[in-house]
Amino acid sequence: MGTISVLLVAKVLPYLEQELDKRYKLFDGIDPSQRAAVVRDHAASIRAVVASSSGGPDAALIEALPKLEIVSSFSVGVDKIDLEKCKERGVRVTNTPDVLTDEVADLTIGLILAVLRRICECDRYVRSGNWKKGDYKLTTKFSGKTVGILGLGRIGAAVAKRAEGFDCKICYYSRNEKPDSKYKYYPSVVELASNCDVLVVACPLTPETHHIINREVINALGPKGVLINIGRGKHVDEPELVSALLEGRLGGAGLDVFENEPHVPEELFGLENVVLLPHVGSATVETRTAMANLVLDNLEAHFLGKPLLTPLV
Amino acid sequence: MDSELPPLLVLGPPAVFNIFKSQYPHKYRFLNAFSSDLPLLQFLQTQNTHPSSVRAIFCNQRQLVTADIIRSLPSLGIIATSTVGYDHIDTTECRRRGIQIATLGSQFAADVADMAVALLIDVIFKISAGDRFVKKLVPFKPWSFPSDSKLGGKRIGIIGLGRIGAEVAKRLEAFDCIIMYHSRNKNPSVSYTFYSNVLDLASDSDVLVLCCPLTEQTKYIVNKEVMLALGKDGIIVNIGRGALVDENELVQCLMKGEIRGAGLDVFENEPYVPKELFSLDNVVLSPHAAALTLDCFMDSCRHVAKSLDAFFSS
Repeated sequence: MGTISVLLVAKVLPYLEQELDKRYKLFDGIDPSQRAAVVRDHAASIRAVVASSSGGPDAALIEALPKLEIVSSFSVGVDKIDLEKCKERGVRVTNTPDVLTDEVADLTIGLILAVLRRICECDRYVRSGNWKKGDYKLTTKFSGKTVGILGLGRIGAAVAKRAEGFDCKICYYSRNEKPDSKYKYYPSVVELASNCDVLVVACPLTPETHHIINREVINALGPKGVLINIGRGKHVDEPELVSALLEGRLGGAGLDVFENEPHVPEELFGLENVVLLPHVGSATVETRTAMANLVLDNLEAHFLGKPLLTPLV
Repeated sequence: MDSELPPLLVLGPPAVFNIFKSQYPHKYRFLNAFSSDLPLLQFLQTQNTHPSSVRAIFCNQRQLVTADIIRSLPSLGIIATSTVGYDHIDTTECRRRGIQIATLGSQFAADVADMAVALLIDVIFKISAGDRFVKKLVPFKPWSFPSDSKLGGKRIGIIGLGRIGAEVAKRLEAFDCIIMYHSRNKNPSVSYTFYSNVLDLASDSDVLVLCCPLTEQTKYIVNKEVMLALGKDGIIVNIGRGALVDENELVQCLMKGEIRGAGLDVFENEPYVPKELFSLDNVVLSPHAAALTLDCFMDSCRHVAKSLDAFFSS
């Protein structure tokens, strides 16, 4: 197995990189300029590519690797991988679902509570000594609110289950209505936004869902509505979001992802109804190690001719 | 006509009083005794009100409803408090006189339980720390991810399984947490594991959530021994009363890493909070805000008005 060539195209957990290096002949193609040289010299031998949410093989790279058999992504989201090209070439693709579902769903509820109950602001209120001057003001109750979920996949369903513990009503939008679901379906994102108090973005990023949260949706969510994005920054038209928050057309937002990470719009920094996180969903060592092991196990299964654990393609 | 409205003697004042006044502006003649330094009978004189016409009091724990006050009001029939507890009311005198005490029920249980969960998730995921990091509100230090943050499988030790404790349990069950509890008495209608002593509960728990009232028995129920039993990965969430936890010991344990972190809405000497906590990222602090939601205040006002209505119409 030590002679199998694997190309790494994105930064991953150090543990994963080390294991890949131990088990395979690992080529570092993280830096795009370095990647070109590596591909030029080793294209004929590379049989696997390891990707992540920040980088994956596009059509050109897939074309350039004639021996490519499998792309194993250290992420759930595979929007950086040209899946169509992989299908066309018979290249398998695996991702890391499930290991991070619970963590991301937990974080989502935490973000909703942080925004509605102003938890971060309360913490600042105490640390700054302002409590000595008077009580904090009234915030918004979460229990019993209506939570709208955009994308009722694993993560969306896990969020719904938790929100039900708070007696929330759940509604959702997805490409197709789910006949087994007990939750209320809305056939458009605008209708979903009009009918919920908190809108959670939990769908994959595809060309169809790029900027799925646009001005119309934001206005429908409204001055009392809260947007929670734990998907991808590109799900949201960020400049529209910023202006809606500054103008009070949107009630609040909890964001773990941004269009151009690590850049975060500074206009949001002073807003008490906005909670911003440095892409922490699925970022704990425990979860990342589980994800790394899934990448390694999928590659191992493939090269041993065994069934893949978590294939997408 | 103003003089026909039933007088309502207001002591405290209750935190919800402004909202109460705005919701029911023409139902009562408010006698705002809380704003006067005068003794009660003198105050009533300034309000052109004879003590025998005062049948109802609206109060909270800020001012005691003493036996003296009660004796000064021969027609007093109901004391409505915007609290669940009624330590601030002389119950002996009330019993003697047949005076009804109307307290709040579970109006704020959901909001307080929501706060407990909010604090716990924030401590585990470092939400407040992350927010101030991104907003550049603190000197730059590279961001460090917590080592584990799934709630699922965590063992939650609830101290006090009353209305609030039950709501906390229900919410955390949806996160696949394992619920255990300590209470004065075992509750036969719940399936959670009961612990007759807090030390054993702490040894078996990953998180302790304080949901019990403060009494002589529960003061410092979480002391140094309990904190050490909880251990280095343990988290304490206090939405009960500050003095349920030995605050000085808590500060020491947090600073030395004897416990993983804490989410605190209450403190021994509010609004004073030990400043050693201000530099810690594993602590989330809240200004006794668990019941400070508009919904909660409106529900509480509605409940008090209903109690008073029932009394005045009987």
